This record gives sequence, structure tokens and C-alpha cells, in this order.
Amino acid sequence: MNLMNYVRIGVLSAGLVAASASAEAYKIYVSNEKDNTITVIESEGWKVEQTVNVGQRPRGILLSKDGKYLLVCASDDDAVQVFETATMKLVKTLPSGPDPELFILHPSGNPLYIANEDDNLVTVVDIENNKVLAEVPVGVEPEGMGISPDGKVLVNTSETTNMAHFIDTTTYELTSNVLVDSRPRFAQFTADGSQLWVSSEIGGTVAVIDPESRKIIKKITFEVPGVTPEALQPVGVRVTKDGSKAFVALGPANRVAVVNAKTFEIEKYLLVGQRVWQLGFSPDEKYIFSTNGVSNDISVIDVAKLKVIKSIRTGRFPWGVVARP
Amino acid sequence: MEHIKLILTIFYRCCFAFGILVYSAELSFASDVTKIPMGYISQQVETPPNLSNLILPPENEGVAGGEISVRDNNTTGRFLKQEFSLEAVSVPPDGDPVAAMEELAAKGIQFFILDVGADALLKMADAAKDRKLLFFNATATDNRLRSQDCRANVMHIVPSRSMYTDALAQFLARKRWRNWFMVVGKRPGDGLFAEAVRRSAKKFGAKIVEEKEWAFGPDARRTAQAEVPGFTQGVDYDVLVVADEIGVFGEYLAYRTWEPKLVVGTQGLSPATWHRTHEQWGSAQLQSRFEKRFKRRMRAKDYQVWAPIRSIGEAAARTNSGDFDKMVAYLKGDDFELAGFKGLPLTFRNWNWQLRQPILLIQPAALVSVSPQEGFLHQVSVLDTLGEDQRETGCSFN
Repeated sequence: MNLMNYVRIGVLSAGLVAASASAEAYKIYVSNEKDNTITVIESEGWKVEQTVNVGQRPRGILLSKDGKYLLVCASDDDAVQVFETATMKLVKTLPSGPDPELFILHPSGNPLYIANEDDNLVTVVDIENNKVLAEVPVGVEPEGMGISPDGKVLVNTSETTNMAHFIDTTTYELTSNVLVDSRPRFAQFTADGSQLWVSSEIGGTVAVIDPESRKIIKKITFEVPGVTPEALQPVGVRVTKDGSKAFVALGPANRVAVVNAKTFEIEKYLLVGQRVWQLGFSPDEKYIFSTNGVSNDISVIDVAKLKVIKSIRTGRFPWGVVARP
Repeated sequence: MEHIKLILTIFYRCCFAFGILVYSAELSFASDVTKIPMGYISQQVETPPNLSNLILPPENEGVAGGEISVRDNNTTGRFLKQEFSLEAVSVPPDGDPVAAMEELAAKGIQFFILDVGADALLKMADAAKDRKLLFFNATATDNRLRSQDCRANVMHIVPSRSMYTDALAQFLARKRWRNWFMVVGKRPGDGLFAEAVRRSAKKFGAKIVEEKEWAFGPDARRTAQAEVPGFTQGVDYDVLVVADEIGVFGEYLAYRTWEPKLVVGTQGLSPATWHRTHEQWGSAQLQSRFEKRFKRRMRAKDYQVWAPIRSIGEAAARTNSGDFDKMVAYLKGDDFELAGFKGLPLTFRNWNWQLRQPILLIQPAALVSVSPQEGFLHQVSVLDTLGEDQRETGCSFN
């Protein structure tokens, strides 16, 4: 069935390439966990432009605020590598603490907050001066990282402790710990800061938390005919800037759920590649990309039409994705 | 957040009077914390000489997994003001595990992780009947403990023999290796494993074309090359299934068969709860913190002690309580699920309190596959394609 879908997408995409070319061109960066590479994709024609060797087991990936640098968690090298986007040359390595998996930048562009899976820590790094500013002890296996739009509250999720830890970014004290369902993987604030979305992979739910009261206001569950409930494993979450829609990657269910972010109803399930984990918007939010770990590709989803228009081959086990104008 | 000082002290102490080894991991916290002490009782078994598996297990096998799990629980416990500890008692082969249990129960321990044989387990469970004590079976694979000899106060972490053999049978069925030649050892466990293999063959459409008892001497190291070819000659089969639970001869069959055939079962391709090469579904993280702490890889028995303690931790966190009744209600309720690094939530079957779980199929230096295999479906959970299903159960808690 999946193969059929690819065939269909392939046929469809031929007609859509021209459409995407008219938009402002940008680049998409994908970290390939098992290949130790970054795939650089050109949005015009959706073509792979370059494959760059990076450190071992690259997972989390993000851009500096000015877009000049690409930051990569090289998990098995216990480092965050910084590449200049213009040349894709390694320009520096940041101290990261052991086994960095996911990270997030302060809205001002500095510092960087890193989840260290092996050491139950969040490491705070000044990326200008290459200095560790603080280490915050959190729960077991920290992973998801979210930051409020005003930069005052950092949220980390710990996969075995099953909590969303709220951290004050000025004092580095934990101010609240909200228990969520099993194996929380990802945390994202909405652009207006009014909601925090946390996915629980094994629990199969997404908790929407009110950052004011720090209470769960909604627990979203998923249901896809023909897919066993255990396979519905939410990981990556992205909410559109206008707060109207959320996209949730459902892991081995090979689907991305489209959620109405006002009513929390599921609007649609989009069939993508196999074992879909992380998501990233195009700079104009016209598209959202999903990394499909087992089928070794990313799916391109048209946000307005809610259709998968293309799949692009990457390296092995694509993990994170980010786009730069 | 208030500052809680974390001090981990581990000490081994020998109680000469009983000849038992006591292990304990304690954490000192502020005084308003809820304490959840747990007990680990292991009864040593006498091993016969000349095991084919000459690589001896590490001394802290099992309890090491317990210590990692206590640490995991305590990291979470810092946020909930809960403190977990584990006291481990090792009972000699002729010792009385019930007395060890009573000694720990007298100290206020209500949750026990057991690494004992089926008979000892039943003695403890029956001595604890109608008391506020709960047992987790970490190592006894006997089908009868999930069937006619099930107990309401025993939850099974380790899979039953049938779960293991079903996991293997599904894989063999998927490979279309349907003709099995079974070699069975003389020990009682070997007979029970063979019985489980026969049931699995029937369940998944395989045929046991030949069955032989291993009749040679105890040490096959130097004789196998001469004996095994003749022993396996003249039979048309796909795989050699070996039933040798403690490893007396099983390792010596591969490469010595008359025809070039694969060996599966208790040796060769084997079912297991954990393996040092397992890295999927986040397990690399548990492997890595285990290795950092103990300077060795995590073993199946370590996992089987890790899992019940994490389950107890989940019950305490989710109920925000150290109350026995509340915690047991959660453990036995519909909301319980454990993230056990197997890609699916692990839950308990409410008809015999067996933990549902995917089973790894391993060879010495690699993970080969994970069962249930794709395509084996079930109306409730694909995990219930492994082992005794609700409709087949001989278990009644009354």
C-alpha cells in the first residue's frame, strides 16, 4: 500500500514541480542519523544539492537566528557542530555535554539549550563565547525542548520520567513538573505562547498544556482505521504561526495527523513514508516536511491543500529537518 | 525548587548466620518524602559441571538492573518527593526463601522482585495470601504459573516458555522453515521447553519431523564432532530445534550436524527479553547508562529486574502515592503502561498478570528479529499472539 502511494506521489509530483519553483527558493537540511551526513535539498525542483559529512549520529538540527549557521547535535561525538550555511564547512564545535539529542535557541539567538539524554541534564551554552553557562538536572532521558516566545520559560521533556519540566531561563530553577503520558518526545509552544504541545510516543497522545496554570487542558488521541492503536506513536509536532493547525508525526503509523489547533479535532491523516519522526515548515509555511526514518526519505506536504506532493530521497534514517530562506 | 541532596550509597554485607548476601541502594532525602522500599530475593541454583555455556554470568546479574531502575525512579522521585530503595537477599540452594521474604516484609517491604524457581515462588505467594504484599516474577518461565498455578499476588515480568517458543515459531513460519528436528535435554526444564515447542508448532503450522533425546555424556566438547553427525543423519528437516535450558550440550550442535542446518531454540537463534546489541526504540540510552555504571553490557536478567521496579515507579508517580492499594490498583488497571524500549507500550494481561511484550530473537553478537512478526494479527493486541491467550487460560484467581 505504501509503495502504491509512492508511485501515486511520483506521478502527481511531476505536475507540481513547476508550481513550487515559482515560490521563493530556499534550502532544506536533513540530518541522517545512520549515515553521519546532512542532506541539503534545494526547494526549486526539490533536488538534493549536496550531502555533507558531519559528526557521528546527527539528530537535532537547527539554524542560527541570522541563518548563517547550521547547528547539528552529533550525539555520539558528544558535541554540537556548527556549519556555515554558505559553504557547509565546519566552523566550530560547541561544548554540549554527553549525548546531545535535541536543542533549542533562545528567541534572541543565544544561548542554546541542549538536552543530554545520557546524563539527565539540560546544558545551557553561550554560542558566541563557546561557554557552558549552566547545567540543569532534569528527569531521566531528557529529549524534547521548547521555549516560550518571550524566552522566559524553557520546557524540557524527559522520556523515562514522563514529565514536562518548566525551567526559568534566568535562574535555571525548575518551576513546575507536569506529568504527561509515556515517553514524551517533543515540546512546542504556539507562536503566541498561549499553549504548549507535548507529544507522548508510547502513551500515544499529545498533551496541550496551558503555560499559565501548567495544567493539561486537552489530551489529543489518534485513531486510524486498519492501524493498531499501539502503532500510533506521536513524535514531532509543529503548529502554524497563526495557531490554526498543528501537524503531528505518528511514527510507525506512517501518518502525519493534521489537528485543528482551536478545536483539537483531527482533520486528516496524511500517509507519508515509514516511521515518521520530525517535522519542519518551509520558511513561508506553505509546506511542511516529514523525516521518514525507515523509508529513507522526506515527504513534502502542501499545508493549504493538506496533500503529500512529493517524497525526496535522503541518507539513511533521516531524523531532523529544518529549512532556511 | 528546594534543594535535595542526593547521596547514593551501595553496600554489600554478608549475614553469616544465614549465609546470605544483602545489597541495598539508599538515598537520603529531605524528611517529607514518601518511601517506597522494595525487596529482591534470589535463590541460587546449583549448576552442574561441564556447562557448554562456559562464560559465567556476572555476580551482579539481575540486581544491577535493579539498581539502575531504582536510580531512574529516584530521579523522577525528586520531583514528586518519592524515594525508592531496593534490598537484595540471596538465598542459598537449600535455604528458605519464605523466611527471607518474611524478614523483608517485617521491615515494611511490600513489593518483591523474585528470582526463584516456580515452587519457591508459589510458597511465598501462598504465605503472603490476603496480605498487602505483591510479587513480580523476574525469572520463572513456567507456563503453569500463568495457568493452573497462577496467583493473584504474582505479576509475571519474564515471558512464559510458550511466549518464547511462539516468538521463535512465528519467525520460523515467516521464513517458511516448517520442518523441525527437535533435540531435547534430560533436565525437567528441557522437557517443559520441548512441550512449549510442540504447542507452538501446532499453533503456527510447523511440523516436528523428528524428536530425539540428547543421550550422550555430560561433556560434549570433545565428542560432539564424532557424535552429532550420526545423531542428526537420515532426517529431512529445515532447522534443528534444541531444548537445553541451562546449556549442557546445545552450543555444540551447530556446525556438527550431518547436513548444513541452522540451530534454533535455547541455543543458536534464541528468544530473549534483552540483548547487548539491542539499540532500537531508545534502548541505546538504557544500554549506555547501564554500561557507564557497571562497565559491562546489560543482560536479559538485568532487564527483567529493571522492568518491575520501573513499573512500581510508574505506579507511584501516576498515583502520586506510596499507598499499596492505590499502587496495586494502578498496576492492575487499564491505564498502566510501561515504556520498556520495545517500541510498544508494555501492559499486563488481566487474566493471569503476565506482562505483554515484544520478544527479541538473538544470536550471540546480533539481534536478528523481533516478534510478533508482521502479519500475525490479534483482535485485542498483536502481543497476544505470543503465549497463552485469554480463551486458552487455565488461570482462575478464585
